[in-house]
Amino acid sequence: MIDTNLLQLICFYGFAAVTVGAALAVISLKNSVHAVLSLVLAFFSTACIWLLAEAEFLAIALIVVYVGAVMVLFLFVVMMLDIKMEQVREGFIRYLPVGIIVALVMLAEMLALIGVRAMHAHVMGANPATVAGLSNTAWLGEALYSQYLLPFEVAALILTVGVVVAVALTLRHRGDKKHESASEQVRVNPRDRIRVVKMAPSRPDEPTSSEEPLQ
Amino acid sequence: MPNLNDIMIMLPEFYLVAAACLLLLLDAWMKPEQRNILHWVSILVLVVGIYLVVAGQPQVTVTAFGGMFVRDATAEILKVFILLCTALIFVFSRPYMQDRKLFQGEFYTLMIFATIGAMLLVSAGNLVMVYLGLELMTLCSYGLVALNRDSQLSSEAAIKYFVLGALSSGMLLYGMSMVYGATGTLALVQLHGAVAQAGMSNLMVFGLIFMIVGISFKLGVAPFHMWIPDVYQGAPTSVTIFVGSTSKLAAFGMAYRLLESGMGGMAHQWQMMLAVLAVVSLAIGNLVAIVQTNLKRLLAYSTISHMGYLLLGLVNAGPEGYASAMFYAISYALMSTAAFGVILALARAGFECEEIDDFKGLNQRSPWMAFLMMLAMFSLAGVPPMFGFFAKLLVLQAAIHAGMMWLALVGAVFAIIGLYYYLRVVKVMYFDKPAEGLEIRPQADGFLRTMLSLNALVLLALGLYWGPLLGWCRAAFAG
Repeated sequence: MIDTNLLQLICFYGFAAVTVGAALAVISLKNSVHAVLSLVLAFFSTACIWLLAEAEFLAIALIVVYVGAVMVLFLFVVMMLDIKMEQVREGFIRYLPVGIIVALVMLAEMLALIGVRAMHAHVMGANPATVAGLSNTAWLGEALYSQYLLPFEVAALILTVGVVVAVALTLRHRGDKKHESASEQVRVNPRDRIRVVKMAPSRPDEPTSSEEPLQ
Repeated sequence: MPNLNDIMIMLPEFYLVAAACLLLLLDAWMKPEQRNILHWVSILVLVVGIYLVVAGQPQVTVTAFGGMFVRDATAEILKVFILLCTALIFVFSRPYMQDRKLFQGEFYTLMIFATIGAMLLVSAGNLVMVYLGLELMTLCSYGLVALNRDSQLSSEAAIKYFVLGALSSGMLLYGMSMVYGATGTLALVQLHGAVAQAGMSNLMVFGLIFMIVGISFKLGVAPFHMWIPDVYQGAPTSVTIFVGSTSKLAAFGMAYRLLESGMGGMAHQWQMMLAVLAVVSLAIGNLVAIVQTNLKRLLAYSTISHMGYLLLGLVNAGPEGYASAMFYAISYALMSTAAFGVILALARAGFECEEIDDFKGLNQRSPWMAFLMMLAMFSLAGVPPMFGFFAKLLVLQAAIHAGMMWLALVGAVFAIIGLYYYLRVVKVMYFDKPAEGLEIRPQADGFLRTMLSLNALVLLALGLYWGPLLGWCRAAFAG
């Protein structure tokens, strides 16, 4: 019989290793479509880690929103771009040593985090959702709209700003642009467009003498 | 659950959010030739904001939304100056933006949203609020830097700013998550308690380092200063002035909230880190500024050195140090609006007036503008009896009282080195012959000239009569 804690730990390390590996692949793969797919994998395994931490809603949201919508969009964009990969990767080898050092420092800290968590396991306490006797989603919703209401609203402001900036940077007012006015189109009267002219009926003229006879 | 009291505490912020949204709508319904109305309404909005901050000032520290938002004397003073600086920027930048066909409603809306972010940042009572306030402010700044999208320099600056800003936000967030992992709390008050109670672990120190990296990026302290010169030079001057004044005040507020309100119990850890950062910034800022030929770039390197001086105050890690650092942040913000204000006032359509050579013989062309620029330069250099002199004196004193005599000495030496490049600008204006064929006339906008004159003269006035402001700063940290 395997201890559940041990099983969880093994799963955690497994998912974490996949996440890190996929993240490395994102920045090192030559083909950008493959890189995006690796990013999808990284998100997916992160979602698995969240599932382990009993944060079901976040895990599902990550998959539905990021993997399902954002990454697919990303993939479309990447497929449409014609990127010269050699140019993009020129700096990669040059900055690799620095990058490796930074990565190693981060790794050391991650290990420190795991070590400390093992030592001070009590710090994190029990899962608040379980304590409150609620499902994870219900608890998350309650925390978001009561305790974290203000940050939630500020996040909404940030999204608003994102829209304003996007419009400000991309919208171009051009003087020579032709507009269609839908309301004018709807209001238009048939009489403004077509004039029915009454004409006296007439017979087609006789062939004139100027017309050359057929040879 | 939030109640009316919470909303009353946050009234200035709520009011500004509503005003910014209304301005956005107003802009959509307005004809381009009516933009001037938007300009005046925006200034009015900020002035009313200052009134709301001052009028609603609580007697004691109050919190709203369960400790997410803190309204104390520190936040109040910073907010007044944040709003004041933004209002000054609006006044100074209208002709500049009109000349460059950038006179859009988005400029005003984004500036006000950035101001809201700055106000939330200095009032943050929770790591989440620190992060969100910062993001709100910097996201607006990225957009504003890129506003002149037909300029290649501007786009390059925006991309650099965006990438490095995102990186630094990531660092900050990483540090925060470390600290959260170690203490299990995001609220700054509880964090302070947890640090004091449990002492520090290696993990906390790691988290602290990353948070300091994030703060250093935002302050523009060397060696995290790489974005500053390019952004200062590439951004439209009316945005540079924002990055140099309002956002520096906010960055000081952020440093205070994170280092003192949150990690105050680990002061002996971060004091030394800040001291090293201060020395590096003083050296790089002052030495590299000497060789600059572009005034905006020169002021960028001068910012780096000034942020080094600000750190001298923070290194003290006591009420005296925080008061001197806040005094310094305020003085720097006002000096920076004055110096960039003169550049804005002298710029024309197709002429940025940002090279030092453009200022040659300014005294013969426009004596008053030259005089105002001289006041700003003397104040930045720290020549007595200007505002900047006393600010420098106070931070050096704070460093000495913290037992770091060597640091104060380094600060004093670099202040003397810094004199050279500020005085060079003054020399160019007063003793060089104006370049041929260069027509420099200040903008005719009377209100602009009045406010700019006031701003520069205040640098002299506060240098002679700095007691009350220092008193407020000290009172803010006395409790």
